[in-house]
Amino acid sequence: MNICVCVKQVPDSWAEKKLSSTDSTLDRASADRVVNELDEYAVEEALRIVEAHGGEVTILSMGPTEAADSIRKAISMGATAGIHVVDDALHGSDALATSLVLAKALEGRGFDLIIFGSESTDARMSVVPAMVAARLNLPQLTFANKVDVDGSAIKIQRVTDYGYDEVSATLPAVVSVVEKTNEPRYPSFKNIMAAKKAPMEALTLSDLGVDASTVGLGNAWSQVASFADRPAKPAGTIVTDDGTGAAHIEEFLVAQKFI
Amino acid sequence: MSEVLVLIEHSGSDVKKVSLELLAIAAGLGEPSAVVVGPGAGDCVAILGEHGAQTVYVADAADMVDYVVAPTAELLAQLVSEKSPTAVLIPSSAEGKEVAGRLAVATNSGVITDAVAVAADGTATQNVFGGATIVQSKVSSGTPIITIRTNSTAPFVTGGSATRVDVTVALSDVAKSAKVTNRVSVEKSGRPDLSEAAIVVSGGRGVGSDEGFATIIEPLADALGAAVGASRAATDAGWYPHQFQVGQTGKTVSPQLYIANGISGAIQHRAGMQTSKAVIVVNKDADAPIFDLADFGVVGDLNTVIPDLTARIKNRG
Repeated sequence: MNICVCVKQVPDSWAEKKLSSTDSTLDRASADRVVNELDEYAVEEALRIVEAHGGEVTILSMGPTEAADSIRKAISMGATAGIHVVDDALHGSDALATSLVLAKALEGRGFDLIIFGSESTDARMSVVPAMVAARLNLPQLTFANKVDVDGSAIKIQRVTDYGYDEVSATLPAVVSVVEKTNEPRYPSFKNIMAAKKAPMEALTLSDLGVDASTVGLGNAWSQVASFADRPAKPAGTIVTDDGTGAAHIEEFLVAQKFI
Repeated sequence: MSEVLVLIEHSGSDVKKVSLELLAIAAGLGEPSAVVVGPGAGDCVAILGEHGAQTVYVADAADMVDYVVAPTAELLAQLVSEKSPTAVLIPSSAEGKEVAGRLAVATNSGVITDAVAVAADGTATQNVFGGATIVQSKVSSGTPIITIRTNSTAPFVTGGSATRVDVTVALSDVAKSAKVTNRVSVEKSGRPDLSEAAIVVSGGRGVGSDEGFATIIEPLADALGAAVGASRAATDAGWYPHQFQVGQTGKTVSPQLYIANGISGAIQHRAGMQTSKAVIVVNKDADAPIFDLADFGVVGDLNTVIPDLTARIKNRG
């Protein structure tokens, strides 16, 4: 059972995020760079599956030079190797380009399972796993909060509005896992040391046979025309409770016609 | 006028409100055509016509919903190729965004997710980074595929009627590779859905316990007919189930009214609620950053203020 987990390096979700004033892309320098939190659940799920069924976990990421740190961080949870797609021409790529590049990096490697976190905490589109499944013509088992592998059969619980769907497929498949699907482990000292020496393959667009004119900001399928900070809200009325706090809220609710 | 395809979310004959909102937005871009998939699709035609759909494409074959997402994306791809619509509008649900993603791949078209408005020229408005930044963007290649958040506009009753057109699609093998074998409904509270609710009553660290949610937060929500939300501090502590978490890594809500109780207002939380139309804050700490978002705030103990408020609302009823 060989599993590839796709991770993204993102700005810390506890920090203010900004767009770059020069090209409207994410200002990656404005906050600490971390492994997308939801991807940690994907790494944990992969490790649990190989612990039960044997095999290895590889970490794949597309991103600037610094993203290599996040790949090693993810490896230190217990994975074996990393693949880093890094190319200046990728700057500003949208989800379609990202899914194209990831699919190229994944195809022909014989992974039985490809696991994603269900969304990134910066873009929050939640579309890349579905797009990669579509590009690779693999079953899409997304928004899973439970994953069971039995031989070549895979079954997940897909989170829905009303509860969940049980979904079955045959490997190989693409999976995305939701937050809290498991408890991601802390890297052990031994694994942190091992991650420093883990094999890391760095691939450029030409290594993948992807034409640079199909990716990057200028070739994105959509363009940002403008952006602005949300205007600050006018200060509201703040009262200190002296026993009449609830009565004041009631007045506000009535004035605003909520009750 | 060219068609605008709108993917309808429904449960049997029950059409979700967001679908009707999307028809109203579609009317500003062209001639709205609804696309309804799965069992019960035919029962939605009349209400869709009353809300502005000129045509309703009905694909009610059972196998359209027997597999994850791909059948709907393949149907839409076929309609895009046949009808050359001006745009395709899809609700910004988890499933809707996945349909949009697959459709974008299949038609080599640009996709914009989580829009809150679409101008006549196709420029979409998005609130990104939890609403801190407002972005205007436009699809520049292929047929614009735009997913739109709930509560972005009000449904509009035109009183018209739609022409029903039955459609079928020959599903590919890969579309049938992830099979739904069972649908499990988890017991509902009877409260409105968190992401669609007009009012959300939310609790954070200051609520103090799961008992606090049951005895302070839920009664206020029920008195107002509101949904219950929770901050990450509260869900991480196990006081309230994770699926009710509002914030950066949880749900994003944009209700008419958000009542934040015992929530300090870390970015993590504000990112999930700062586009709410009105905000009421109750917090002991006068310096809590959540007060910056308040239209009305009370510095005080939620354990006394909220039960008093709940009783007052009930006494009015």
